[in-house]
Amino acid sequence: MDDKNYIAKRVAKELKDGDVVNLGIGLPTLVSNYIPEGVEITLQSENGFLGMGPAAEPGKEDPYLVNAGGIHVTINPGGAFFDSAESFLIIRGGHVDATVLGALEVDEKGNLANWMVPGKMVPGMGGAMDLVTGAKKVIVAMSHTAKGKHKILKECKLPLTAVNAVDLIVTEMGVMEVTNKGLVLTEINPKYSVEDVQNATGAALIISENLVVMEKQN
Amino acid sequence: MNKVISLNEAVDMIHDGMIIMVGGFLGCKNPFKIIDTIIEKGVKDITLIANDTAFPEIGIGKLIVNKRVKKLIASHIGTNKETGNQMNSGEIEVELVPQGTLAERIRAAGAGLGGILTPTGLGTIVAEGKTIIEVDEKEYLLEKPLKADIALIVGAVVDKKGNVRYSKATRNFNPLMAAAADTVIVEADKIVEVGEIDPDDVMTPGIFVDYIVGGSE
Repeated sequence: MDDKNYIAKRVAKELKDGDVVNLGIGLPTLVSNYIPEGVEITLQSENGFLGMGPAAEPGKEDPYLVNAGGIHVTINPGGAFFDSAESFLIIRGGHVDATVLGALEVDEKGNLANWMVPGKMVPGMGGAMDLVTGAKKVIVAMSHTAKGKHKILKECKLPLTAVNAVDLIVTEMGVMEVTNKGLVLTEINPKYSVEDVQNATGAALIISENLVVMEKQN
Repeated sequence: MNKVISLNEAVDMIHDGMIIMVGGFLGCKNPFKIIDTIIEKGVKDITLIANDTAFPEIGIGKLIVNKRVKKLIASHIGTNKETGNQMNSGEIEVELVPQGTLAERIRAAGAGLGGILTPTGLGTIVAEGKTIIEVDEKEYLLEKPLKADIALIVGAVVDKKGNVRYSKATRNFNPLMAAAADTVIVEADKIVEVGEIDPDDVMTPGIFVDYIVGGSE
């Protein structure tokens, strides 16, 4: 299993039966492939619907239906459409149980940067600032480093998406909880040592007394 | 009153330098025909308010590629490289607004509110220069209303009184924009007689809509 799917599979375990969940574009989208049996979640798409289903089959794309990434998708029975104000009422008002999104940088205070690199890439924040401000649980799912360069830091350097917003970081190396004492490593991929994880992290990790060894990444 | 007009009549109301809101999400139903006609007629120096600038070849994206936009207020421009290029070269002024804030600022204008208070953007560059207001020991940013000269919206089914039913994910910003502009033109996929849309299904009441074009289906 590649890193992306390994991360997505672990993130899926955070979701509880009945949760309303918003998944970001890219890696977070994979999470929906690993929802544990017996758990039913409702996916929210910020362009205005609940009950998002899988991507549309080729040739069956509906011109009126895309996800927030512009990809033609489907809606499940029991879904609902609404306008952008209601969509963000759901998001900002605390009616989304969990949001999963990628990051350029995260720091030990739970600050998140994922919407621009000044002078290089300014795609805009889209719905990300509202999502991380309003969702009950914010999960960052990403590769631990950017080709070796630290992404998990003592303090973010890039322009922030939100302050003190992230609850959990899941990478191919392990799982880190953001606490008021700092980042606590709670789970580790058996491919890596604690030292490996610390070396790949730009902030001091607190190692949980109950550090869990994750399932093998085959 | 007859609200159904031709594309040319609609675009004759759109002039250089106007503030224009356009509904749609990543090109999933922009008012495609009106946009093409704006480009043909040479309207320029537009201040555009929209969620995004779609893709270079699709809908609203063409307004950017054809350099008709002087200022853009949007939440996301990453899918249209030309927007970024023109921003970097200084040809277009871009104000990026969080998507939920954009929706509420437009809604506020249509609802007669002096703005909205949101926690979104606190502690980020979005908050720069803005008033922070504390309510019950929580901080919020004051975000001001956004209104336009013209709103160009898209409806799946529109009756001749201007009652609109949107379809699926194409509702997005349209109902909000319909209340926030001096003149509202809806591009309809299908125009029907009054009474053919069940009042239960009307999503934007016809009082908000000044003109109807299209009926392409």
